[in-house]
Amino acid sequence: MVPRPAGRGVSLFVVLVFRTAVLLLACALVGAQPATTPPYSVLSSEGRRQLPARIVAGQEMVALEDLAGLFQLTVREDSLAGGISVSARGQTIVLTPGQSLATVSGRLVPLPAAPIREGRTWLVPIDFVSRALALSLGTRLEVRKPSRLILVGDIRVPRVSGTVEPQGALARLTLDVAPQTPHAVAQEGTRVVIKFEADGLDAALPASPAPDLIQGIRTGDGPASVVVEFGPRAGSFRASDLPGERGAGRIVVDILAATTTPAPITPVTPPPAPTEPPPVLDITPSGGIRTIVIDAGHGGDEHGARGPQGTLEKNVTLGVARRLKAALEAGLGVRVILTRDTDATVGLDERAALANNNKADLFISLHANASVRPSASGAEVFYLSLDEYGDQAQRIAKGETEALPVIGGGVRDIEVILWEMAQARYIEQSAVLAQTIESALRERVPMSPRAIQQAPFRVLVGANMPAVLVEMGFITNADQEKQLNSEGFQATIVHGLVDSIARYRDRQSTRPAAAGASPRPGGGRQF
Amino acid sequence: MSPRVVAVAVAIAAIAGGWWLAVRTRGTPSAPAPAAAPAAADPAAAARKITATLYYVSDDGMALVGVQREVPYGEGVLEQARQIVTAQLSAAPPPLVSAIPQGATLRALYLTDRGDAFVDLSAEARTMHSGGALDELFTVYSIVNALTTNLPAVARVQILVDGKEVDTLAGHVDLRHPLQKNMKWMRSDKG
Repeated sequence: MVPRPAGRGVSLFVVLVFRTAVLLLACALVGAQPATTPPYSVLSSEGRRQLPARIVAGQEMVALEDLAGLFQLTVREDSLAGGISVSARGQTIVLTPGQSLATVSGRLVPLPAAPIREGRTWLVPIDFVSRALALSLGTRLEVRKPSRLILVGDIRVPRVSGTVEPQGALARLTLDVAPQTPHAVAQEGTRVVIKFEADGLDAALPASPAPDLIQGIRTGDGPASVVVEFGPRAGSFRASDLPGERGAGRIVVDILAATTTPAPITPVTPPPAPTEPPPVLDITPSGGIRTIVIDAGHGGDEHGARGPQGTLEKNVTLGVARRLKAALEAGLGVRVILTRDTDATVGLDERAALANNNKADLFISLHANASVRPSASGAEVFYLSLDEYGDQAQRIAKGETEALPVIGGGVRDIEVILWEMAQARYIEQSAVLAQTIESALRERVPMSPRAIQQAPFRVLVGANMPAVLVEMGFITNADQEKQLNSEGFQATIVHGLVDSIARYRDRQSTRPAAAGASPRPGGGRQF
Repeated sequence: MSPRVVAVAVAIAAIAGGWWLAVRTRGTPSAPAPAAAPAAADPAAAARKITATLYYVSDDGMALVGVQREVPYGEGVLEQARQIVTAQLSAAPPPLVSAIPQGATLRALYLTDRGDAFVDLSAEARTMHSGGALDELFTVYSIVNALTTNLPAVARVQILVDGKEVDTLAGHVDLRHPLQKNMKWMRSDKG
């Protein structure tokens, strides 16, 4: 993907001088001084290359000429139309001077700044790489600005950060590794080396406040290693792994003083006692539901809606989610995972990804509604609307396949599903789940006049299992705000949801195998 | 021979026309031309109005209702689209209630030749939003429907905030793709 550097000669020198002169002229014209900034390292499976960058008018810019060399692009300037076309793998990106937009195969992509001419080439914002070029090349191009890295393709470069904590006769180094990455820890002479199964490290390593035990911590010894240098008092080490948050891993390395015996030392924090119930034995019928992800809507900086008395949606959803987890585990014996168990900000993608990665059988997102009309009240259950996702989503929902040619001749029907449309194939089951929940809630709490609705909700579209979003009531309605805050109402909602999930499970498990199943080649998950 | 010459001439004319349109589009991206903007050169044009359907929240808060209102005339689809969105974003006369967050304004509006309108709103569209899912649906579809209902040339609408594509306004409605007109949020639905 990244070609070898081309030979550079005198002509290049002339070009550079010319480019510099024109850049200075251009900057004088626009009144912005370019500032140097460290280059980016472009890491791909073929090695490491440099991509120069500079600051122009407060924006970090890179030259299209440099990108063309790195990614085998063809850059053409249309002098008649005044546009620039960048071709890559048969796809074309169109840029227009003065407009902070790029068109990628007909799709508009906003950019933080417009392209700027610099001599014979053009400067584009660095975000052009991740927003437009990645889309055009159809590959991952991850720009990590703080660490000056651009990751190409499936290259593995985990983020590693750490702290050092002196604890009397030992110094404890804690490394957080995101995502969790296999590694080996070994002592080599007077140092401990942690080797990761990765192509590189995006490391921010701490200084040691205990140089007598840990003299220093650095990267080295290969592309993906962290070296812990022993201080004069250090004698041995011990290491353990702990689970981190959101798919991250945590490595704890204790450097022990030479005279210290292991016995009195504070033990490494043990892996947290399993917060989940013991694994459910695999004796559930084929129609069983083993894992449910409950999504407490909003959280952290995202408060969600606010009631007239100041009640925040994020607190109501978390309270109900915790109750629901306990009730489902106790009542149905299923494994329940919360997308958040604290007041934390969690991205919408992360919520669906958590459910997908844990092969959840159901995804239920909890929310409280709001209206500019204070009288609005009642619970509502939403499932995804496919209308907004175009023909492809409709085809997925119908189980249609693409016929692709096979090497050696002939064609094969396969399902091609973008991950962000994972929900499309479960839309019928989501509708059934929504109806079951609506029915159970209607027996217990006030419902809105439109109790079941479909909408293009972002948190549902990537869920690879039946998924619904439950609006428990209107927090902007003074009476409903009190209800949503009350233990009694929350418990009623929880009972309704547990009851409906039990009904849904029973319905799925008793359904005849041939009846009602979606005619879906290759098949989505069926209960 | 002759047909080729004609084809080349047509192509050049099309490119030049496209460029002219692009330049024209670009020329006023951040000047949404408020309804009361004086047009010194042509006071008659400034006074011209059209009747457009704008969308507001129903009395019970459960639907959008369409209301016929006068909107300043705009020369061409793009300018008319700006006028319609500006009117939709402005405060609603009582007893109507707007689904637009307070303070949200139109930064720019782009229109592609495929009929996709890009409505770039100020940051208040997110920061001042009430946060509810239904309100968010109404915010989004009052703008989408106002454009697609009144301007047949607009097929789909994508909402941007501060010049950037956004996931959602308040954590619910997926704004990563242009949205088509959707009348199911209207009062006419049985509800």
